[in-house]
Amino acid sequence: MKPTKTEDTEYFHQVVDCQWGCPAHTDVPEYIRLIALGRFSDAYMLNRGSNVFPGILGRVCDRPCEPVCRRGRVEDKPVAICRLKRVAADNRGDIRSRLPVAPKQKNGKRIALVGAGCASLTVVNDLMPLGYECVIYEALDKTGGLMRTNIPAFRLPASVLDEEIDYIVDMGADLRLNTPVNSMRELLDEGYDAVFVGSGAPKGKNLNIPGRNDSDRIHVGIQWLESVAFGHTESIGKKVLIIGVGNTAMDCCRTSLRLGADDVKVMARKPRGFFKASDWELEDAEEERVEIVVNHSPREFVLRDGKLVGMMFDLMDYDIDDNGRIVDSRVTGEKFFPCDDVVLAIGQDNAFPWIERDLGIEFDRWEVPVVDPVTFESTLSGVFFGGDAAFGPKNIIWAVEHGHQAAISIDKYCRASPLTERLPRGVNLQSAKMGIHEWSYSNDFDPSARRIMPHVDLKRRFKKLDIEVELGFTAEQVITEVERCLNCDIQTVFTDNLCIECDACIDICPVDCLTIAPNADEVTLKQNLKAPVLEPTQPFFVSGPLKHTARVMVKDENLCVHCGLCAERCPTAAWDMQKSTLNIPYALDESAEDMARCQRKAG
Amino acid sequence: MTFIAKPKIVHKGLSRNALGLTIRDYEGGMSTLCAGCGHDSVTSAIVQAFFELDIPPNQVAKLSGIGCSSKTPAYFLDASHGFNAVHGRMPSIATGASAANRKLYLIGVSGDGDSLSIGLGQFSHALRRNLDMLYIIENNGVYGLTKGQFSASADVGTKAKKGEVNEQQPIDPVQMAMAQGGTFVARSFSGDKDQLVPMIKAGIRHKGFGLIDVLSPCVTFNDHEDSTKSYAYTRRFFHPAVHADFVPPAEEIRTAYDDGEAMPVEMHDGSRIVLRKVSDQYNVHNRGAALDFIRSHHRRGEIITGLLYIDEAEPDMHGISRTPDAPLAQVPFEELCPGSQAMAGLQERFR
Repeated sequence: MKPTKTEDTEYFHQVVDCQWGCPAHTDVPEYIRLIALGRFSDAYMLNRGSNVFPGILGRVCDRPCEPVCRRGRVEDKPVAICRLKRVAADNRGDIRSRLPVAPKQKNGKRIALVGAGCASLTVVNDLMPLGYECVIYEALDKTGGLMRTNIPAFRLPASVLDEEIDYIVDMGADLRLNTPVNSMRELLDEGYDAVFVGSGAPKGKNLNIPGRNDSDRIHVGIQWLESVAFGHTESIGKKVLIIGVGNTAMDCCRTSLRLGADDVKVMARKPRGFFKASDWELEDAEEERVEIVVNHSPREFVLRDGKLVGMMFDLMDYDIDDNGRIVDSRVTGEKFFPCDDVVLAIGQDNAFPWIERDLGIEFDRWEVPVVDPVTFESTLSGVFFGGDAAFGPKNIIWAVEHGHQAAISIDKYCRASPLTERLPRGVNLQSAKMGIHEWSYSNDFDPSARRIMPHVDLKRRFKKLDIEVELGFTAEQVITEVERCLNCDIQTVFTDNLCIECDACIDICPVDCLTIAPNADEVTLKQNLKAPVLEPTQPFFVSGPLKHTARVMVKDENLCVHCGLCAERCPTAAWDMQKSTLNIPYALDESAEDMARCQRKAG
Repeated sequence: MTFIAKPKIVHKGLSRNALGLTIRDYEGGMSTLCAGCGHDSVTSAIVQAFFELDIPPNQVAKLSGIGCSSKTPAYFLDASHGFNAVHGRMPSIATGASAANRKLYLIGVSGDGDSLSIGLGQFSHALRRNLDMLYIIENNGVYGLTKGQFSASADVGTKAKKGEVNEQQPIDPVQMAMAQGGTFVARSFSGDKDQLVPMIKAGIRHKGFGLIDVLSPCVTFNDHEDSTKSYAYTRRFFHPAVHADFVPPAEEIRTAYDDGEAMPVEMHDGSRIVLRKVSDQYNVHNRGAALDFIRSHHRRGEIITGLLYIDEAEPDMHGISRTPDAPLAQVPFEELCPGSQAMAGLQERFR
């Protein structure tokens, strides 16, 4: 095999699984180390730089970082990354003086943003410091979009939302609440320099089966959650059926319990393993005695004397192949479930009845706007989309990343700079060596298991709608959990012409990830490793020829615990532990680079 | 050395042997040797060999004398027996241990100082007794623990770290063992586990005194230019004469060997070593010819490695002494000690 090009940004970035998995590329290991040092404000600010809403995301992020966390491959459970983020947010000091500020002198450009949700707010966060005037149009009387209307307060308190949203709006954004945009044409006519659509995916999917329109006790999940959030709905019947097993379904069932229901069933069409809800949300719902009924497909709503009395389901049976895919299904019977209310939580769509179709904004056959996945520009130049409005429902952290990228595009657009000429990501490496056996990080492997989040006890938590269930980690839990992080950003960096092939690194490696072998093609080389390749998608390092025997050093990054023993044992410092820092360009960086380029041209 | 111990992580890629143990169960304490020391590689090879042979660690006794090499038994097989003897006297302790319990697997780790200077007499007599043990000499040509003076195995012309040249003839433990009737004589290199691990396995299974002289560079005092025991020099002049593949009793010999080229040697417990000659002129069963071959190559500066001589027919110490099959440690006290009356009778015969 050819020597691995570690000078490419991607190699070392991929080794940091959590950061690679996070759409916004949050520097997880670094903020965990800052938490370990008790530097909560610094950890918060580091988070804010990439994900903008650490307090919110520390509670309700979809956590794409955790399933990919290396700790989960070395043992069972990943590091509780998300909840450590909350630790930084909960314990931060007054960080207002460290927030970005908008200059007094504006640059004369005005941007309109549709919706005051996480995507729009991220755009505002990135553009205000550059001197843009941002006008946010929000249909409701509160900010936050789906973060406020769809996530119940017992998971995300309003105070946390308000605080982090205010950080952005207080820079001087022109926030217009209760101001729905009813016509894109009219908005465009107002002469904004650019328009960003971050209006989310506010349309809950319907279930068109018999009886659907005959009762007012059948609710569409996200609309129902919104009316609960605004206090319009304050009660529900005793027996409630939730249709669907996504994360919205989990919020619906748990909200029902707090509005007076005492028998809540979540009805799933497929077996476990095919659920869309995250494992931890399922766990939290089941802890509250919600029953999840599998293999029941809704057939009809049953009404008696015009009143909803229950639902009839088809019993399903599935054939599942060796790869875990459903290959066939059949109906084996039927079953009736009595209920007072039904909540439909089977998905949501983005909807744009207010965008005229003759403006040049193209929509595909599913009525989804055609949006460039890099620049987030629609087919009408100057109109950008982000968050759920762009590509359908995803989650907050994706919306934040869309916001960052759209902000770069909007800035470039306003300065008539090509949108696609964007700065590349970069990686900086700096040795973590402090002394002969001393590293600038805690390199010893802590075998502790993942800490369990303490919850408000089951009796107390249902008394009010907005009692936050998760209490946050205790100090002792934080101390243990931070040490579980493997510091994957402290990279093992190899210099082949220093190696004397003494085998010291190979002998000491606790996970057998190193091998010195004669170079060969990929298949042969991978057969000669000290431990088998378990995850073929993980980065694989091959050095140049070693000077004594022309063999090569090979490293399978999959299980490396970054203990640094290879570097400690290396007599010639051929191995070194180096901290990799990913440099991600934001609107501010792109703008500075563009201006420098202009000056170079002029000079 | 390191300040953190190798973390014990039972990861998904870790295999288990017939006893259900992982290789990690054959490891020992944290090494305090210099980073890059060849001895640590030998330790790792020993760990691998015992793991692959499915030997329960508690049936092993590890013995050593004094020196860097003699520290290493602390770094493997945590759950076995051990004795750290006075300088050069490990063979006597090993003899006693073998006499008391012949069922134990004995492994002695010594160095060129411990075996070829202060312990040369003890080493010779262990050879002569054909003590049933594996004796590994971790040979680096210097006294590492006392800051790198030449040892008895330093080659003529080799230079010390500060430049002085050695002018005395070296003692080669391999040639000595051959000349003295050793029954299993081998040489290897710490940097070549493919050769070393099967050799250790064969040495453990050999009934009698198994000597492996392992060139194990001293990374601190003897790894410079003009050293004849550095990593670079050894790699350059390393010359395997015989390849040895170890095949356990129950396993079939799967690899195909050409007639005349491969030579299976049956061991006492039914396992076999398949020897493959690399050099045409080499004869692993002819003591004299083998010795000539090693000497002539040594004159050219080449280091002949491999399983160089093997004789499975010679009786070991217990065979020569006609001791009972059961280990003395397991013979009931009444049988071991015939009582004062029998003693008086015995003494009477000599009056």
